[in-house]
Amino acid sequence: MPNETELIETVTKSEYRWGFISDLDADEAPKGLSEEIVRFISAKKGEPEWLTEWRLKAYRHWLTLKDEPTWANLHHPVIDFQEIIYYSAPKSKKKLDSMDDVDPELRATFDKLGISLIEQMRLSGVAVDAVMDSVSVKTTFKEKLLELGIIFSSFSDAVKEHPELVKKYLGSVVPYTDNYYACLNSAVFSDGSFCYIPKGIRCPMELSTYFRINAANTGQFERTLIIADEGAYVSYLEGCTAPMRDENQLHAAVVELVAHENGQIKYSTVQNWYPGDKEGKGGIYNFVTKRGICAGSHAKISWTQVETGSAITWKYPSVILKGDYSIGEFYSVAVTNNYQQADTGTKMIHLGKNTKSTIVSKGISGGHSNNSYRGLVRVSKKAQNARNFSQCDSLLLGDKCGAHTFPYLEISNSSAIVEHEATTSKVGEDQIFYCNQRGISNEDAIGLIVNGYCKEVFNQLPMEFAVEAQKLLAISLEGSVG
Amino acid sequence: MLKIKDLKVSVEGKLILKGINLEINPGEVHAIMGPNGSGKSTLASLLAGRDEYEIESGEVIYNGKNLLDMKPEDRAREGVFLAFQYPVEIPGVTTANFLKTALNEIRKYNGLAALDAKEFLIFMREKMAYVELDKSLTSRAVNEGFSGGEKKRNEIFQMAMLQPKLAILDETDSGLDIDALRIVANGVNKLKSPENAFIVITHYQRLLDYIVPDFVHVLFDGRLVKSGNKELALELEEKGYDWIRTEQNELK
Repeated sequence: MPNETELIETVTKSEYRWGFISDLDADEAPKGLSEEIVRFISAKKGEPEWLTEWRLKAYRHWLTLKDEPTWANLHHPVIDFQEIIYYSAPKSKKKLDSMDDVDPELRATFDKLGISLIEQMRLSGVAVDAVMDSVSVKTTFKEKLLELGIIFSSFSDAVKEHPELVKKYLGSVVPYTDNYYACLNSAVFSDGSFCYIPKGIRCPMELSTYFRINAANTGQFERTLIIADEGAYVSYLEGCTAPMRDENQLHAAVVELVAHENGQIKYSTVQNWYPGDKEGKGGIYNFVTKRGICAGSHAKISWTQVETGSAITWKYPSVILKGDYSIGEFYSVAVTNNYQQADTGTKMIHLGKNTKSTIVSKGISGGHSNNSYRGLVRVSKKAQNARNFSQCDSLLLGDKCGAHTFPYLEISNSSAIVEHEATTSKVGEDQIFYCNQRGISNEDAIGLIVNGYCKEVFNQLPMEFAVEAQKLLAISLEGSVG
Repeated sequence: MLKIKDLKVSVEGKLILKGINLEINPGEVHAIMGPNGSGKSTLASLLAGRDEYEIESGEVIYNGKNLLDMKPEDRAREGVFLAFQYPVEIPGVTTANFLKTALNEIRKYNGLAALDAKEFLIFMREKMAYVELDKSLTSRAVNEGFSGGEKKRNEIFQMAMLQPKLAILDETDSGLDIDALRIVANGVNKLKSPENAFIVITHYQRLLDYIVPDFVHVLFDGRLVKSGNKELALELEEKGYDWIRTEQNELK
């Protein structure tokens, strides 16, 4: 593991390194949202009628929803949904059959992001699905995985190649009626990743999706669906970046996970959407619905997230513990700096007997930012012997930022054991001076202390991601302490 | 190496150090003794670079440079080390990682190449032996859950790792049992060389049985009122600080 100081050094000079704009010819829908646009997207993707209908149902439902949700501890101007472009695809002349067919400019973009697809294929053994604006560009390793019966493809391909699976699971965890943004996503989602691990198969490599918003005024509405059949295992990574633009851009994704009996899904996110500038101008609105269901007994779903980007993050990766003895986990580091806002947490819904959930949340706020943890632990009447442990820690850097904790506990079964621990601390001057006295500068000291604080969560991440996460943390916290 | 001239320092408007004069040469061990509240820890923290003090007058010259103008991390990189009276905990950061960061920062400042992981480990093992440090300690978070004795030993271990020119031990003996005291003192004695110097701050004479000072100074009410050799420490032990107090009152 490279040491923190080196990491910080290589990164502190830059601001948002991923802020470049790629000059790609794009195939775009006109601005705004209507039934026509929904049909346009569906037609563009050559979708079957049942899916077009599903989208339209979602759209019509969305029209009945009056306003965006306002219950979160977030503040932003009302979003004009008619000003957004709902579909934008890098233009390609023909269908992509091999890596060589990928637009060179696009490939250069992914190279800049540090995910050269070819390199990825050759060296890392991480299978990558890259989504640029709305379209999945290339899924590496697809063939190799298919030999094991593992399906890992773009969502659009899955619709074409495995309609029965998509039809069965789409909306089964997050129905289109779930909430405002999930409903919007259901109507206009453009692409995303699909993954199915068959019975008894342990996916031999980390599966990974890289999301990038490039075009201006575009929303990104991807949809991810992962199914671990009985006894299957998969570890899935998600990363994301966007160019620096003055206007706010909307990202409203939906992720659905289904783990059957003895199935296991580990889902890791390093979220690094453009957070806006130092004055809080621009940045991504990250309004995401992520939920998994442990459908069978002994199933396990584990969410790990490192949230450093976005102007606003509104996100609650949740687990429905339906199967007996199923396990849900949520490990989170959420960093806010400058004028960023985050309202994030989880929901653990205990339905089955002997179900267990763990929540570890580390919020770090600097600058003028506000960071809220919002979490629900619900134990239903029939969930005998449910067990939950929650730990929510907040770390404040400076005296103009805020940390808030909103834990909700709804316990309807007296056999439940639920623990909640919370702490709020400041990076101590004593700690910084101690580091100084050993030759470590202020900035490096803060990097060291904060990384130490997040260790419990970083330990849950796959190695490459953990390193990435440490780097991001250092950049995000730059200038957070006066 | 270190020249303190007529140093007057106040905290929140209250004068704590009322004119300190002290000169330290390489190879010397200076003990500073004094009752509670005499300004011993203020002097130690001030030299290390804590910024809560107001310099009223005087100067501190360290190897030809104005020490008081330097940032605390630069003082450390120039070889000033403080063994803290109350070492701070840094959760989640292993002692090994902490020291590797520190050591390589100091090396970089002095134009030396960083040690890689293997070189560092070999170096660390060697130094751990100095203070009979348990192996597991370096993989634990810095001072977290350490006993009082372990914390103090960890300070001396860090000193061994960073090889300072001027080491200031701020009541390193407080809270140590006799065995730990011996281990700490042995560590210091092994690190002593003609090139480096020590300032040992203590209340009690017993540490000086193990670390034999070349000079003993008594700090009383913000002034160094008496200096001598190690006999002075024994005299103090026998007569107590009231002896100094009486003498001082008589002078007034």
